[in-house]
Amino acid sequence: MLRLEALTKRYKTGDLALKAVSIEIPAGQVVGLIGPSGAGKSTLIRCINRLVEPSAGCVWLKGLELTGLRRGALRRARRRMGMIFQEYALVERLTVMENVLSGQLGYVGFWRSLLRRFPPAAVSQAFATLDRVGLSAHVDKRADALSGGQRQRVGIARALLQNPDLLLVDEPTASLDPKTSRQIMRLITEVCEERGLAAIINIHDVALARRFMQRIVGLRAGEVVYDGPPEGLSADVLTQIYGEEDWSGTIQAGDEMAAEAGAPAPVPAREAVRFAREPGALAVALK
Amino acid sequence: MPVLQSATGRSWQHRSGRQRLIAWFGWLALVALVVFAWQVMTRDTIWAFVADAPRQAADIGERMFPPRWGYMERLWQPLWDTLNIATLGTLLALFVAVPVAFLAARNTTPSVRFVRPAALLLIVASRSINSLIWALLLVSILGPGLLAGILAIALRSIGFIGKLLYEAIEEIDASQVEAVAATGASGAQVLDYAIAPQIMPAFAGITVFRWDINIRESTVLGLVGAGGIGLELSHSLNTLAWPQVTLIFIVILGTVVLSEWVSARVRHAII
Repeated sequence: MLRLEALTKRYKTGDLALKAVSIEIPAGQVVGLIGPSGAGKSTLIRCINRLVEPSAGCVWLKGLELTGLRRGALRRARRRMGMIFQEYALVERLTVMENVLSGQLGYVGFWRSLLRRFPPAAVSQAFATLDRVGLSAHVDKRADALSGGQRQRVGIARALLQNPDLLLVDEPTASLDPKTSRQIMRLITEVCEERGLAAIINIHDVALARRFMQRIVGLRAGEVVYDGPPEGLSADVLTQIYGEEDWSGTIQAGDEMAAEAGAPAPVPAREAVRFAREPGALAVALK
Repeated sequence: MPVLQSATGRSWQHRSGRQRLIAWFGWLALVALVVFAWQVMTRDTIWAFVADAPRQAADIGERMFPPRWGYMERLWQPLWDTLNIATLGTLLALFVAVPVAFLAARNTTPSVRFVRPAALLLIVASRSINSLIWALLLVSILGPGLLAGILAIALRSIGFIGKLLYEAIEEIDASQVEAVAATGASGAQVLDYAIAPQIMPAFAGITVFRWDINIRESTVLGLVGAGGIGLELSHSLNTLAWPQVTLIFIVILGTVVLSEWVSARVRHAII
């Protein structure tokens, strides 16, 4: 479904962020991309939808080569790739509904979008998606009135409204607390399963990656150094990806999480609000 | 450099000795310049006049009171003209300033090398000339009247609004723009969904602020014949009708206070 061929990115500063990366991802597969900071994880997923222009190599999405596309064709191709961001990247001063409907912008003409007159089908899809991510109570709020977990749910809903084939997910839990992180990861993997979406998820929490991913790609200095099942992430492999360190705790934590995560927990939307307003929450964050 | 190693251990100072010496000479030069400038400034001053100033001021002050309230009925029309000059001038400026700001902002300009410098030049040209000077020029081109005043206000405001707005555009959060672009939105849609919401508070604040300034500036435009209450002020000054001047001052003060209040309310409501 998605095939990267010798994808290379050299920034203007001369840094070689990606060195001929080749990966193939079948439909419906959720791939975790792990690696140290600066390994090129963000660059890799941004080269796929060309928020960053790759220097060389090809990206094939369902038989369409993306790196050579011109503006209009690129816009149409981008509709098939939903993106979820680390800091949510919601438009803070727009409402939740406007943010979610912005996922439809590629399908709707300029004047309709300017007047906020989206087709009824798009609006009902937005409502259904907000129900799915557990935000139906917050439709009319402004995005900056939500907690971190809620914002990321809006981000997920926006990406889903594109009706994508592929999700590009950049550190979805890096700004979230451990509990919300798991809820968000669970939500992302569930919606991928429900809709048969493939996904590439950048993640630096190895335990979370081991728990939720079907396949792990380890990136180090712009090169793929591991590609295989999460169970294969041994201490040796982690050392190869990240460098020398004591990995026993990380591997154990991942195993425990995998054991405990049987049935998906219900998604309490109120939970996140309560957490954000808790007096201790800020103090903990500041430590 | 500021970290010093000595026998007793390390110590830290904000500046090194050399930097302190430079700073000291900098201050010395500044003081010398102030003394020199004061001498140049007061060379042509006739101190007898200065000594006489309190008496002169008291004399004019005496003649200014009481204000001639009856003159008010002739002021309503020029006052209305003044408000119109400020408001229409600001609106006219917006039509030019908003596109120019987008052309000037580094992150939205179509060409950093050609279009941006042109837009910046336009902004600087407009800003570098005071509205009173614009009015002088326009009165001699268009003849006296409201139109000259409106255009003078607009020409000066383009630079002001354009500059502040393009700075606001350059400070927007790029990740929101990235996110909207990643959905497959067109350039115009990205402008509408990702950029406009981010600059809206700045836009409203800048516009109302400039309108507020323009009310003040349009009260003096009449001095050079560009219509409004300044025209009456000029007549009254020329005929030494001090009680009328007082009334005009009171009216201007009232208008400015009112515009200040309105702009504070509007800014509060929008941000």
